[in-house]
Amino acid sequence: MAGVALAGCGGEADAPSSKATGLAKGGVEKPVLKLGFIKLTDMAPLAIAREKGFFAEEGLNVTLEPQANWKVLLDGVIGGQLDGAHMLAGQPIAATLGLGTRAEMIAPLSLDLNGNAITLSNRVWSMIEPNLPKGADGKPAHPIPASVLQPVVGKFRQEGRPFKMGMVFPVSTHNYELRYWLAAGGLNPGYYLPGDVGGTTGADVQLSVTPPPQMPATLEAGTIEGYSVGEPWNQAAVKKKIGVPVVTDDQIWHDNPEKVFGLRRDFAAKYPGTTAALLRAIIKAQAWLDADRGRNRAEAVRILARPNYVGADEDVIAASMTGKFTFGPGDTRDAKGFNVFFDRFAGYPFYSDAIWTMTQMRRWGQIPADHDDGWYTAQAKAVYRPDLYLSAAKALVERKVIPASALPQTDGFKPVDTGFIDHVPYDGRKPNAYIQSLRIGLKNGQKVTASGVTGG
Amino acid sequence: MATAFADIEPVVQAEAPVERPAKVASRGGATASRLQQALARQGKALLAPMLGIAVFIGLWAALAPMVQTSLGALPGPFEVAAQGGALFDEWQASNEAAAQFYAEQDERIRAGTQVLAFDYAGAPTFVDQVATSLETVALGFVLATVFAVPIGLAAGLSPLFNAAINPLVQIMKPVSPLAWLPIVTMVVSATVTSADPVLAKSFVISAIVVMLCSLWPTLINTAIGAASIDKDLLNVGRVLRLGAFQKLTRLVLPSALPFIFTGMRLSLGVGWMVLIAAEMLAQNPGLGKFVWDEFQNGSSQSLARIMFAVVVIGLIGFLLDRVMMSLQTLVSRNRTV
Repeated sequence: MAGVALAGCGGEADAPSSKATGLAKGGVEKPVLKLGFIKLTDMAPLAIAREKGFFAEEGLNVTLEPQANWKVLLDGVIGGQLDGAHMLAGQPIAATLGLGTRAEMIAPLSLDLNGNAITLSNRVWSMIEPNLPKGADGKPAHPIPASVLQPVVGKFRQEGRPFKMGMVFPVSTHNYELRYWLAAGGLNPGYYLPGDVGGTTGADVQLSVTPPPQMPATLEAGTIEGYSVGEPWNQAAVKKKIGVPVVTDDQIWHDNPEKVFGLRRDFAAKYPGTTAALLRAIIKAQAWLDADRGRNRAEAVRILARPNYVGADEDVIAASMTGKFTFGPGDTRDAKGFNVFFDRFAGYPFYSDAIWTMTQMRRWGQIPADHDDGWYTAQAKAVYRPDLYLSAAKALVERKVIPASALPQTDGFKPVDTGFIDHVPYDGRKPNAYIQSLRIGLKNGQKVTASGVTGG
Repeated sequence: MATAFADIEPVVQAEAPVERPAKVASRGGATASRLQQALARQGKALLAPMLGIAVFIGLWAALAPMVQTSLGALPGPFEVAAQGGALFDEWQASNEAAAQFYAEQDERIRAGTQVLAFDYAGAPTFVDQVATSLETVALGFVLATVFAVPIGLAAGLSPLFNAAINPLVQIMKPVSPLAWLPIVTMVVSATVTSADPVLAKSFVISAIVVMLCSLWPTLINTAIGAASIDKDLLNVGRVLRLGAFQKLTRLVLPSALPFIFTGMRLSLGVGWMVLIAAEMLAQNPGLGKFVWDEFQNGSSQSLARIMFAVVVIGLIGFLLDRVMMSLQTLVSRNRTV
């Protein structure tokens, strides 16, 4: 432990920093910063930027502090105890829209693509496993649709028990992915009443919030029958033999955006140099994580396994960070794109990604009323800030730290995407048409009341 | 008036008689019997507790491996001790890393490549968390005492004031720290607006929660102490025509001091318990956060590290109590009017 810490903090960090602090001089208005994170492997860019000295190179003295849950983390950033944080993509959007605590937030950088999975308890797995179609190797054919859960949910209902699953936050990507998967399989995950955070109106499957690191314990306690969470908490279920991951978010929506780096808009406006330096350091860390097809991943796993970062056992973290993903015991498959930090323009904050999140907020009632397509674009442009990303990334291109080809030529909208588990095409320029095209979910003019969906 | 506070009173009375038999015994009797008694005392004071601890550790070592959790078997005393060593090593490694950081920073500043000197921003180690918790409980405890003693004295001296605050005290007293926490968090976050406050917000929040919960034992005991002053003393004071201030400092405070210290001792115990819970929930730096972070880590060493923290929390609570107890006996002995 001691040796690793020294190598990380001292030796390697300082050789480049003595050159680079000169570059950042004058630009950084607030060099001493505290950033929050949740114990998940996708906080890796922050840990790497700290331990590999990328923050120091930009003249920043950064403390990283783990937070108990997403709510505490968000309140920390809004209240100013934290200068910025590893955030769910939906958090800065929801805060700006005023769903939950209202605050003007921005997301100038996307931290990663993919990285989540859905795990079911052993009990439910044993109920669905015999009926799954098998491939040539005798293992279940992927992706596993949620429709296989229908008989189980029906059996639970007959016994008078609700079928419960966990996710990490009402506006989390995990919530929307789990809901997408369930709805694509014909199960209604429930609607949100205006102002409520329960989201169980009309639900076939009741979803509830549990902080990521407590997921395995909550599953083990029998409070929930499955969950949607980031790594390493699916692999932890495999290791502890308490559950089986059935589907990854990459299978639900290929290359979906996951975490973002979020901060207050007034912070970025007051400290533009600091914000740019932070972004440069994080982009460098993202490039380091994906360099040479994952050459550095083993070292990243060792850093993340330290108790002050993710802290789970190395083999558990490595199980998803090194290009493989273990579903059941003995069912380890290639999952090259399970965590993408830099490749495929992973860092660029696409407007179309923000708009997808908002379509799901509308689909499930968190956005209680209809808005025209222009409103969605305007909100996305207020929160997602590719301009900040590009100016930081271009500075790195000029310094030849990253290649120019790593920056996308785009107006912020991805082309029409059909990479979903049910292949429904998504066009970020037409959010209302997309909401109409989804089978389960609120349609134009519909509202949620305590007795169910009305109107439309 | 004393009926409302009656549940606190026995604490003082229970403490006092313990000293008396020992004093009587040491005064008289032959050397042999003194030795015998000393041995017997030693046996009670040292051997019995050691035996108790040994049996506990033995049972722990034997039974822990039989409890299987999803993080492996429950760690026994040796695993816990090993993690204690590991935590100490981490602290040393962090100190070395900090020293190296400062050395290199000084070099850079001398060379002119860095303008500002930074504090080392390493992750807090276990020792740092212990220190943070102790500082927090100290601030909360001092705040509680500063508020509780004057209010308690006023309540003890004026039956009217006492009747006025009694219902409030009775209602506030049983409120859990965790119920206070969201309110205190929001209020402190709203009132402390400076970008770089002298005391960290999280530190202030924890300290105020500790204060709110540890206020009551001191307040109630002080009130009892001030109210139960000997009426003869007050009459003497009247004869000597002591002013209000002199009456307070010469008569009331000295006779109430043992009660005040009993209350403070209870307060510190409550404060320490409250602090750990508040740190766990609010994720404010300290031992509570250490425990929660380790629980979240869920690695194969996590349980042993949490158990080590539990032992340390217990030891610190015990030491704090001993310090307050010796202060209390000191004050009770030198009680003169």
